Amino acid sequence: MKIPAVELLNVVKRFAEYEAVREVSLQIGQGEFFSLLGPSGCGKTTTLRMIAGFEQPTTGTISLLGEDIRGQPPHRRNVNMVFQNYALFPHLTVFDNVAFGLQVKRIPRAETRRRVAEALSMIRLPGLEHRKPAQLSGGQQQRVALARALVNRPAVLLLDEPLGALDQKLRKEMQLELKRLQREVGITFIYVTHDQEEALTMSDRIAVMHQGRVLQVDGPRALYEHPATRFVADFIGVTNFLQGRLVSIADGTARVEVDGLGQVRAHLAEGIEAGQKVTLAIRPERMQLLSSNLPGGDNHAPGIVEDIVFVGNDTQYFVRLNNGPQVMVREQNETPLSEASMVSVGQTVGVRWSPDSTSLLPE
Amino acid sequence: MLKRTPAAWALMSPPALALVAFFVVPLILMAAFSLRPDIRGGLFTLAWRPTLEHYRTIVEGEVYLPLLWTSVRVAFGVAFFATLLAYPVAYFLVFRARQRGPLFLTLLILPFWTSYLLRIISWKIILGSNGLINSLLEYTGLVDEPVRLLLHSRLAVIVTLVYVWLPFVALPIYAALQRINRSLLEAAAILGAPPWLSFVRVTLPLSLPGVLAGFLMVFIPTVGEYVTPLLVGGSRGRLYGNTIETYFGDGNNWPLGSAMALIMLVGVLALVAIVARLVNLRRFVE
Amino acid sequence: MANGRLSTLLGYYVLLLVLLYVPIGILFLFSVNDGVVLAFPLKGLTTHWYRDMLRNAALIEALRSSAIVAAASSVAATGLGASAAIALVRFKFRGKALFVAVALMPLLVPFLILGVALLILFAALDVQRSLWTVGVGHMIVSLPFTLLIVMSRMVGFDSNLEEAAQDLGASYAYTLRRVILPLIAPAMLAAWLVAFTVSFDEFVLASFLIGRSPTLPVYLFGQLRFANRFPQVVALAVVVMIASLGLVVLAEWLQRIGTRVSLDRRVEESGEVQERRQTVP
Repeated sequence: MKIPAVELLNVVKRFAEYEAVREVSLQIGQGEFFSLLGPSGCGKTTTLRMIAGFEQPTTGTISLLGEDIRGQPPHRRNVNMVFQNYALFPHLTVFDNVAFGLQVKRIPRAETRRRVAEALSMIRLPGLEHRKPAQLSGGQQQRVALARALVNRPAVLLLDEPLGALDQKLRKEMQLELKRLQREVGITFIYVTHDQEEALTMSDRIAVMHQGRVLQVDGPRALYEHPATRFVADFIGVTNFLQGRLVSIADGTARVEVDGLGQVRAHLAEGIEAGQKVTLAIRPERMQLLSSNLPGGDNHAPGIVEDIVFVGNDTQYFVRLNNGPQVMVREQNETPLSEASMVSVGQTVGVRWSPDSTSLLPE
Repeated sequence: MLKRTPAAWALMSPPALALVAFFVVPLILMAAFSLRPDIRGGLFTLAWRPTLEHYRTIVEGEVYLPLLWTSVRVAFGVAFFATLLAYPVAYFLVFRARQRGPLFLTLLILPFWTSYLLRIISWKIILGSNGLINSLLEYTGLVDEPVRLLLHSRLAVIVTLVYVWLPFVALPIYAALQRINRSLLEAAAILGAPPWLSFVRVTLPLSLPGVLAGFLMVFIPTVGEYVTPLLVGGSRGRLYGNTIETYFGDGNNWPLGSAMALIMLVGVLALVAIVARLVNLRRFVE
Repeated sequence: MANGRLSTLLGYYVLLLVLLYVPIGILFLFSVNDGVVLAFPLKGLTTHWYRDMLRNAALIEALRSSAIVAAASSVAATGLGASAAIALVRFKFRGKALFVAVALMPLLVPFLILGVALLILFAALDVQRSLWTVGVGHMIVSLPFTLLIVMSRMVGFDSNLEEAAQDLGASYAYTLRRVILPLIAPAMLAAWLVAFTVSFDEFVLASFLIGRSPTLPVYLFGQLRFANRFPQVVALAVVVMIASLGLVVLAEWLQRIGTRVSLDRRVEESGEVQERRQTVP
C-alpha cells in the first residue's frame, strides 16, 4: 500500500479560549482530490493551516509522505497553498509572481522561463506575464495564484476556499477546470470549502467536519446516499427526517417504529441497537408520488399534498404523511406528463420509497 | 456626488480665500521683494525698479550656494539616518509587538510632546564643555580637559536633529508596514522563502512608500533648519537658514534674504517633483 | 518564531526608547538640580525652581499666550479644513486637484520661508505683528493636517445618508448640521488636537511673527541667555510634558473603556457567554 500523501493522527489544536480541532485523524492518499467540508468555524481551515505549517498542532502528529513535519517551518515543507484572497504580490508582475518559488530555489533563468510559460498555458492564461495583479480580473488572479503554486511541483497542494470570491457561473467553470487540472497534473489536492455542492463535484473523497471533529470520510456518492450522522445528512443536499425507535432487525433491514407512521424499513447501519432512538433520512428524489396508495414491498404511506413548488427542473411536493410528519417529494418534470404532475393541492396521494434509500442514523 | 454648486462655493470659499491670502500671496510678495534693490522708501513703496542683483550676489558669491549645498547634504544625512534607525523600530512594532504595538508606539512618540526647543537644549546640556558628558569624563579622570568637539559642530547638529525627528519618522513606516496583508508573507513562506528573503522581496518593497514619505517628512523641513544650528552648531554648524534669518534680523537686508529663501524654496520643490516623477516612472516600468 | 530574532529587535526598541528618554530625564534632573549648571557630581535636589516658575509672571504670561494662539488657530484650522473636506469629497466642481495641491503645499515649505513671507505680507499691509499674526501662520500650517484627517473620515462614510436626509426634505444646511457634522465630530476632534499640538510648540513662525507678547517657545528661547533663570523654564516644560502625558493616557483609557462597555453589552445581548467564533484566520 502506498504511503499516504498526508496523515494526521489525533491532531488537536487548542487556542486560548477554545478547541478549534479535536482529535482529527485523516489519511489522504497520493494523487487524491480530498476535500475538507463543513460550516464556518468547524476547524477545516485550521487543519489546512496546520498542514501548511502556519499553525502548530497542540498535540498529535502530522506527516507528509511518511515524514513527521511538525517541526518544519512552512518554507521547508514540500507543500504549496492557494489562498482565499489569492495573496498575489501586488508589486510583482504575473511572471515574477509565478516564478517566485522557482527564484527562491535559484532555478536557472532559462528553465524558470520555460516552466512559468508552461504553468501559464496550463491555466489557460498565456501572454499575461507582464501585467500586474491589479490589472487582472478576479478569475484571472485566481488562476495565476494556482499557477504560482503548481509551478513548484509540490507533493501536496492546499487550497483554502479559492473560488469563494467568484460569481456563480465562473465558480462552476473553475470547479470543473480544477478537477481536470488535478487529474492532469496528478498532484494531491487538499481542498477546503463550505459549499457541499462544490465538494461533491470535484472530490475523490470528502471529510465532513463540524465543531472541530471529522464526522464522516467517504466518496461523494457514499456520503450522499449513506450519511452517517444527522448533521452530515442535513449538511449535504436536502433530506427528509423521520424520528422513531429501532424495533428489530430482520432480513438484512432494520425495522423502525416511526411516530405517526407505523413501521418503516431502513438500510441497515452498524452500531445501532434495538430500542435505540433513531432518525431516518430519505432524499426527496428517492420518494415517489402515487395518485393512490398502492401497497407493495417498499415503504409507503398515504398523505395529503399541502404545497406544490415548481423549480424549473423539478417540482417539489410537500406532503403530510398520515397526519404525522411532513416530507418533501421531488419529482423531475418530464414530458409526457407523469402521474405526479396531475396532482393538486389538497389531494390525497400515496408516497413510496425503498428501504435501501432510507438511512438509519443514531439519535 | 451632489452637484449643489452654491453649497460647494459656500464651503470652499473660506479655506480657499485663507490659503490665497495667507499662503499664496505672501510667497508671491516674497518673490517680488527679492527683486527689489533695497528697502529704501519703506516697505510698501512702489518706487523701485526690479533688479536681479541679489540673485547675482547669491550665484556668484562663494558663500551662499555652497552653504545651501551643505544644508541639503546635512538634511539628507539627517533624513537618511533617522529613517534607517526608525525602520527596525517600526518593524518591531508591527511584526513583533502585535497587540501591544500601539502602546509601544505611543511610548515612542511621547518625547515628541515635549518642547522641541527643550529637546535641543537637553543636548546642549549633555554635550557642552561643562555639560554632562564632559563633567562625567573629567570626574572619572578619563580626560584632562573638556572635549570641545562634542558641541558647536555640524555633527552636534546632525545628532540632535536625528534625535528630534526619529519618533516622527517611525509613523509613516509603521503605517506602511501595517498595511501589508499578512497572507502575502504566508504566501512567500509557503513558496519556499525563508524569513529574511520574505523581508527582502516582499516586506521591504511594499514598505517603501512609507519609507519615502518618512524621509521627505524629515528632509524638507531640515533644509530650512536654523534653530538647531543656532543652539548647538556654533560657527562651524551654521546652515543656509541661519543666513536668511540674519538678513531678516540684525543683517537687515530683506530683499537679499527673500532671494535666498526663494532659491531654497524652488530647490526643495524641484527635488520633490523629481522624486515624485521617479516614483511614478518606476511603477510603470515594473 | 526564532526567539533570537525577537529579542534582538526588542532589545533595539528598548535601547532606542531609553536613548530617547535620556535627554528628557536629563531635563527633569536639571529642573530639580540645586544649581544652575548640570554637571557631575550632582550637588543636590530641590524643588525651588518649580516654585520660582509659578511666581514668574512673564513665564506664566507666555504660557497663556501660547494657549490662546493654539486654541484660536486650531479652531480656525479645523473649521476651514472640515469645510473644505466636506466639499471636496461630496461635491463635483472644477479645480479640486489644484486646491488640494495648494492646501498641502505648506507641508513642503520650510517654516522659515513661510515666516519670512508672512512677515513681508504683514509689513506690506501695515499690520502690526502680534499674537494674531502668529495665529494666522499656525492656522495655515495646520490646515494640511486638518484637511487630510477630516477628508479620510468623509471618504469613510456613506454619502447615501446625506441623500436620504435631503430626500426627506432637509435643506443642505440642515443636513450639514444634523447629519454630517455629528458623524465627522470625532475626526474634527482629532484634527483639532493635532492643530493645537502643532501650534503650541511651534517656534519658527512665532519668532518671526510675534509682537510684544511672546509665546512660550519664543520666551523660552529668549531666556536661554540667562543661565540663572533657565531651570525655571525647564521646570515649566516638565510640567507641560507631564500634563500632555496625562492627557494622552486619559484619552487611551477612555477609548478602552468605551470599547469594553459596548463589547460587554453585545455579549449580553447575544445571550451567550462565549462569542460564537468564526474560522480562525
